[in-house]
Amino acid sequence: MAGICSEKRQYEEGDIVVCRCKEVTLKEIRKWISRGYDTFDELKRLTGVGMGPCQGRGCRDIVMKEIARMTGKTLEEIGTGTYRPPVKPVKLGMLTEANKEDPWKGKVVSH
Amino acid sequence: MAWKTADIVVIGGGVQGCSSAYHLAKMGVKNIIVVEKGTICSGSSGRCGAGIRAQWGTEMNCRFGKACLERFENLEEELEMNVGLDQSGYLMVAYKDSEFDQLKENIKLQNSLGIDSRVVSKDEAYEICPGLSADDALGFTFYQRDGHADPFFTTFAFMESAKRLGVEFLKFTEVIDIKVENGAVKTVVTDKGEIDTPVVLNAAGGFFHDIAEMIDLELPVHSENHDILVTEPVELGVCPPMLMSFSGNYYLQQRPDGTIVGGCSPVGHPIEYDLRSNFSFLEHMASVFTKLLPRTRDIRVVRQWAGLYNMSLDCQPIMGEAEHVKGFYMTGAFSGHGFMFAPVTGELIAQLIVRGNTDMPIDMLHYRRFAEGKLIIEPAVV
Repeated sequence: MAGICSEKRQYEEGDIVVCRCKEVTLKEIRKWISRGYDTFDELKRLTGVGMGPCQGRGCRDIVMKEIARMTGKTLEEIGTGTYRPPVKPVKLGMLTEANKEDPWKGKVVSH
Repeated sequence: MAWKTADIVVIGGGVQGCSSAYHLAKMGVKNIIVVEKGTICSGSSGRCGAGIRAQWGTEMNCRFGKACLERFENLEEELEMNVGLDQSGYLMVAYKDSEFDQLKENIKLQNSLGIDSRVVSKDEAYEICPGLSADDALGFTFYQRDGHADPFFTTFAFMESAKRLGVEFLKFTEVIDIKVENGAVKTVVTDKGEIDTPVVLNAAGGFFHDIAEMIDLELPVHSENHDILVTEPVELGVCPPMLMSFSGNYYLQQRPDGTIVGGCSPVGHPIEYDLRSNFSFLEHMASVFTKLLPRTRDIRVVRQWAGLYNMSLDCQPIMGEAEHVKGFYMTGAFSGHGFMFAPVTGELIAQLIVRGNTDMPIDMLHYRRFAEGKLIIEPAVV
C-alpha cells in the first residue's frame, strides 16, 4: 500500500493546510495543542481556524481528530466547539433589502 | 481536606483575570490560581468589539484611556506575543447639535490632559475613512492613537506571561460558592473541589455580580446581551478607524485581516443573559453597514455572535475590596470597556491587593459610591 501518498506524508505532513480560509497548518495546530490549547474553540481564537467564510466546514473535523489523537480523549469528550450563524455567508445588501425598518428610526431623529 | 491551596484565587479567565494574575505574579505573589468556568477568553473578552480609546468625557477615563494606549503600545514587547494592535484612530460621528457640542467639550478636556484629539471636517473624515458616507452627520472628532487590538491575542499573551511566572490556570472549573470565616475569605468552592485561600479577586466579567452575591454583596449591576457581526475579508482601506456614534448607536471597524466588525447596543438596555444570535440584529446591523459604508453592499456576513456587557448603575467599573469581607477584591462591571482598560486595571488591582495603594487613584470606583450618591457621570458611553 505504500505509494506516493505515504512517501509524501513523511516530508510534508506538518505543512498540510488544515484551514484553507485562514491558511493554518497542521504543524501550527499541533504546537498549540501541545501547549494546552486542546479544545476547538481555543485553537479557533488563537489561530483563526473555523472563523473564515467556510465557518469550519473544512477544518473542524480535522482539528478535532488531531486533538483526540494528541490528548487521548474521544471526539465526544472534546466537543465540536461553537457553531455560529449564518449557516452560509449572506450579502449585507440582501439583508438590508429584507429589513423593513429604517436603521436610523428612533435613534438619529432630529438635529 | 482542601483540593488545593493558594495565596490568591482569581475568578475569571478573561482579559481582566489574566491581566490581574500576570501583574500579581510580576509583583512577586506566589501560588496564584485562576479559575475559569469555560476556556480562557471564552466570555465577554473574546466577544468584544476590541476598541481602545482615550476619547472620553471625564478626567478619570481620559487618564485611564491614555495610560492604556501607552501600555498597549508596549505590550507586544513586554509580553513577547503579538497583541494585534492597530492604531488607525477612533472617528466619532455626531448627528445632533447637543451631541456635537458634547464631543467638542470632551476634546477640550482631552487636549488639557495631553490627548491630541481634534474636531475634523467632513472632507477630512472621508479621507480618514474612505468607505464612509455620512452626509447626515453634523460633526466628527478623531484621535489617531486610538484604535483596536486583538482580544484573543491580548488575553492569551497575558495568560502565557502569567504562566511563565508560575500562575496556574484551571479551565472548565466553575466557582459555586465562597466560604467566609471571621469576616475574611477562607475557601473558594468549585465544582472540582475546594481551594483554600485568604484572597479572592472577582474578575468574573458577565457574572461579576453573581460572584459578589456569594459573599452576600448585592451590587447595582446587571448583564445585557450585545450582538456583533463580522464580514468576509475585503481589501483594506474601507473603514480603517473605529467608526463610532453614540446617537447613531453603532461601532464599525476594519481589522488588519480585512474583515469588518460592527455592533450596536440593544435598544433600552434590557437585562439579558441569552447569548443566542437573533435575526433582527443581523438585518438592523446590515442596514447600518450599507448606509454608512455603501461599498459593503456586496460583501458577505460570515458570522454573528453576542457577549455580555456587565453594566453598573453609572456604567463605570467597580474596583476595590469588599467592606465586610477581608480579602475579597473585585474588578468588574466595566460596562463594555473592560478590554481596553485591562492592561492598566489589572496592574492597579494587583497594586491594591499587594501594596494597599495604587499608582493611579481608584478609590472613586469602589462600590460604596452608589450608597454615597457619588456616581461618575461619563458622557462618552454608548
